[in-house]
Amino acid sequence: MAQRKIGEVILDVKNISLRFGGVKALSDISFDVREHEVRAIIGPNGAGKSSMLNCINGVYTPQEGNITFRGQTFSHMNSRQVAEMGVARTFQSLALFKGMSVLDNIMTGRNLRMKTNIFQQAIRMPFWSGAAEREESEHREVVEKIIDFLEIQAVRKTPVGRLPYGLQKRVDLGRALAMEPQVLLLDEPMAGMNVEEKQDMSRFILDVNDEYGTTIVLIEHDMSVVMDISDRVVVLDYGKKIGDGTPTEVRANPEVISAYLGTRH
Amino acid sequence: MQTTFPRLMLDHAARRPQAAALREKVYGIWQALSWGDLAVLVRHLSGGLAEAGLQRGEHVVVVGENRPRLYASMLAVQSLGGVPVPLYQDAAIGEYIFPITNAEVRFAIVEDQEQVDKLLELRGPCPALTRIWFDKSRGLRNYSEPGLASLDSLVDAGRAWDTAHPGAFEAAVAAGQPQDVAAMFFTSGTTGNPKGVVHTHFTLLNRADAGARFDKLTAAEEVLAYLPPAWIGQNIFSCAQWLACGYVVNCPESTGTVMIDLKEIGPTYYFAPPRVFEGLLTSVMIRMEDAGRIKRGLFHHFMNVARRVGPDLMDGKPVGAIDKLRYRLGDFFIYGPLRNTLGLSRVRVAYTAGEAIGPDLFTFYRSIGINLKQLYGSTETAVFVCLQPDHEARADTVGVPIEGVEIRLTDSGEILVKSPGLLKEYYKNPAATAEVLDADGWYHTGDAGFLDASGHLKIIDRAKDVGRLIGGPADGAMFAPKYVENKLKFFPYVKEAVAFGDKREKVCAFVNIDMDAVGNWAEKRNLPYAGYTDLAGKPQVLELIRECVEKTNADLARDELLAGSQISRFLVLHKQLEADDGELTRTSKVRRGAIAEKYRPLVDAMYGGAAEQFIEIAVKFEDGRSGSVSATLKIVDAKTFPAVTRKAA
Repeated sequence: MAQRKIGEVILDVKNISLRFGGVKALSDISFDVREHEVRAIIGPNGAGKSSMLNCINGVYTPQEGNITFRGQTFSHMNSRQVAEMGVARTFQSLALFKGMSVLDNIMTGRNLRMKTNIFQQAIRMPFWSGAAEREESEHREVVEKIIDFLEIQAVRKTPVGRLPYGLQKRVDLGRALAMEPQVLLLDEPMAGMNVEEKQDMSRFILDVNDEYGTTIVLIEHDMSVVMDISDRVVVLDYGKKIGDGTPTEVRANPEVISAYLGTRH
Repeated sequence: MQTTFPRLMLDHAARRPQAAALREKVYGIWQALSWGDLAVLVRHLSGGLAEAGLQRGEHVVVVGENRPRLYASMLAVQSLGGVPVPLYQDAAIGEYIFPITNAEVRFAIVEDQEQVDKLLELRGPCPALTRIWFDKSRGLRNYSEPGLASLDSLVDAGRAWDTAHPGAFEAAVAAGQPQDVAAMFFTSGTTGNPKGVVHTHFTLLNRADAGARFDKLTAAEEVLAYLPPAWIGQNIFSCAQWLACGYVVNCPESTGTVMIDLKEIGPTYYFAPPRVFEGLLTSVMIRMEDAGRIKRGLFHHFMNVARRVGPDLMDGKPVGAIDKLRYRLGDFFIYGPLRNTLGLSRVRVAYTAGEAIGPDLFTFYRSIGINLKQLYGSTETAVFVCLQPDHEARADTVGVPIEGVEIRLTDSGEILVKSPGLLKEYYKNPAATAEVLDADGWYHTGDAGFLDASGHLKIIDRAKDVGRLIGGPADGAMFAPKYVENKLKFFPYVKEAVAFGDKREKVCAFVNIDMDAVGNWAEKRNLPYAGYTDLAGKPQVLELIRECVEKTNADLARDELLAGSQISRFLVLHKQLEADDGELTRTSKVRRGAIAEKYRPLVDAMYGGAAEQFIEIAVKFEDGRSGSVSATLKIVDAKTFPAVTRKAA
């Protein structure tokens, strides 16, 4: 594996605590993500991985702590703001339009980057001098490059609902990529996949990181996959951070071992 | 044709620089490369190769799918008098060692990361391989191996070299002679090392031209290049004939999109092995079975009309006025849309070859108005030996010898060919060359066959495979395994068949079911199954296959020569025969000997009379890991029929 340039800290999470009433989902979590790295958040079921991602993503507002993204500190964000700043995500349970084609689904990822308004797009009049058309073909080019990248040319026009699950996941990734994000949050990208699909997905994640230089934060509970593809790993258990470091360090961490394998009492 | 590939290319570039030479679908749009731009690209590529030190007569390996820049690379190599050696892009690493060592290859031009990885691994066993250029840089950004570079960098280097050496390219092309070696193709070979078949510019272009004249091909043809470029047929259709005629070669977007691309391009000149036509028909039939009742009824009604009237119309025979009207109606409702769905609506000439095609399959395509014909040839003969004329296409022959070709039969029935397109030699293998090319210039094809009354060549089997039954009721009868297997394979449910019988008292066979067709059949009957192995072992499926075998037997019984080859016992294999497991050749032909060896317990059990047999064999998965599969297979007895002896009329 070749050397990638891992840069400065791009996303810094400080002392995040999140409570739902009396339930403490996250308590005092801090970690950072460096530019161009693949950062994994792992942990057993209910450890708070998705909650963590939702805090970064602006879906949940943590009661304490703040998040610094590219030097700007926020105590709470909303999803749109986050997206505008260049953070895209995929979903554990797919969030695609089943009846729409692969192409159109990925095109929805371009939404934030469209400058013409809905009226210009709907009513194409000469006095707007074809701005919507021009814009559409520009966006189409980006989308086509993603289709080529993810090797889904053969299903370009197929409705997403008719595709096998593994391919739908790939389309979901494509939709996130269409935002041309700086940071990509992947929520269990390999859940429910067979070995071959997992291998494919791992390759695409690494390729995204390599070709586009996208910083990747991924949640996964399949340890073997995580250890193979990430640069650094955060381990959560019951809302607490119990480990942080390279895969080798994490693997040797006694707390992590006990969380995953249990301890003798 | 006293010319060379690069000269023809430059000729097109000079005469019609703006016309499209190659098209490739990139980012969802068909993008054309004109003859003028192609000439410039070839000039720069060859400049780069010249700078790298490519010598006249040196071999350069080219591995990849059909890509315009790979074709341009082959032309660039030829421009300098080098010899492109296309290799199969899906071959395992080990299969490259022999060709690369044998041809003393220093340079390779490949498509993408997959091929680069394979060739980099070969640097140990093939230390001479120093330079590798790749077309697509995806995933290769961080590779820093010495000697590895992109085609872009080769073009850049070539551009500079070309400026520094004005006239060098023209001089190199002018120095190339028609009798020089143009390309080398490695034949897959069922046993031993592959052999490098050496062809000159003259042999390839002569045959390309003869074929083009036979079918009156013009510069207006559209061709889709989708078969491996390492196979001489693809090379003839998308290189030799492309240059001879100046038509447009279209490269599909990816292997998965071939069917979509076919429909978009609508080729006018099309080649596919029988299995592709079979796959197309199967998919149509499966979809038709799922269609509504009215549609299905309409389809079957008009297909009956087509079956009755279509072939005669195609052959130019007289047809009644009412039938003609009915056919025209069918053409409007069914055949036209069907041809369009298949991507064959513009086809003027379609060929199939390589294996026998089922009569039903063949008639189906001709009856819906597709001019499907057969041809006969091989790598050694630069493809074109026999072709079927437009109005004389038949399922059981391969056509008449075309211009320049002489055919003779030996006493044992082997076909000998004399033609201007015969191979120059097998590379560095005079013994093998002498075996197939005799002193009088006859090429021994190794095929057994005969010329029928109308002068059409009919192939039975490989000459060496034709055997005899010994003992049993049909003692001494001729046994042509492929003939039997092909008859079985004409059933949609049978994917592959292997017949045994030489020097034995009766014929037994292995059958591979077709997962799509049998799976669909099972679903229709609410027959649950867990996968291939499970489905293959279902008693209902065995019964289905038994019907196919018995129909085959009934058919064979009508053939005086081969009535003894009826299958008395068979079994359905629990795994698909695979090229990766050494059971099929890369061109998907069964390796009967290897299979008999590997599945010896099963063969013994069939002849021993056992009702079932346990077998465990090692398999190799696509990712390179290996494991084993085991199963207990039932052996089924099939009914045979007494030979029907027809008195000569």
